[in-house]
Amino acid sequence: MGLPDILFYVFAALTLLCGVLVVANPFGRNPITSAMFLVLTIISMAGLFVLLHAFFLAAVQVLVYAGAVMVLFLFVIMLLDLKEEERRKIKLTGLIAGLASVGAIVVIFVRSLLATNPGKGLAEPQKVGDTATLGKILFTNYLLPFEIVSILLLVAMVGVILLSKKDLK
Amino acid sequence: MTHVGLEHYLVVSALLFALGLLGVITRRNLLVMYMSLELMLNSANLALVSFSRFNDNLNGQVMVFFIITVAAAEVAVGLALIVALYRKRQSAHVEDLTSMKY
Repeated sequence: MGLPDILFYVFAALTLLCGVLVVANPFGRNPITSAMFLVLTIISMAGLFVLLHAFFLAAVQVLVYAGAVMVLFLFVIMLLDLKEEERRKIKLTGLIAGLASVGAIVVIFVRSLLATNPGKGLAEPQKVGDTATLGKILFTNYLLPFEIVSILLLVAMVGVILLSKKDLK
Repeated sequence: MTHVGLEHYLVVSALLFALGLLGVITRRNLLVMYMSLELMLNSANLALVSFSRFNDNLNGQVMVFFIITVAAAEVAVGLALIVALYRKRQSAHVEDLTSMKY
């Protein structure tokens, strides 16, 4: 077992542990702790991306998700004063229904994974995923979607400004 | 322990997706539900990147790039909606938000 394998297990364990702490935090129900553990989840997932040779995506993951998106989340959590929300209990029926459906999903995932064995016929991966190749593909094959996404961002920005106005008509 | 392959990454991705789903179903705070949603989105990203890596095909990574962009826009719009809703109803708790008209 080489170093990448050990790093995979470390990052995977960290990702899943922090994911659990986002959803069910034993130290309290404050949304801020959830947000902080989501940041840790995202950063350890960026580590997994590095292990998969997706360096550009790892950087984007840290910059956009852990940077921009989570700052937005923290702003909103602090804007809405959620002290009262912490005290409410989780309903038992909801918990049971949730666990049952999630268990069913996991069973489906594992069964399909065992049935198909997706990694079997694949050769040891070549070295792909450097940023230059990704950029070349992005600006040739995917040029139109790229431009459309920029329009989407503009639309989202205008929509957010309109939604945040005090007197919503 | 065997060499880490595609299956290992897919198992992590599936477990993370299940965790996010559990959060969306059980938690009742709108913001925490939204964070769990992000978790599910990220698990899909992980699956796409690992497929892209083990098939020697960069299209999956391009897809993840677009997903991250759209997710950023979606988070901005969704949080603006939550703030607008909170201004009207003074609550970010789904059980208080059952009526469509206020």
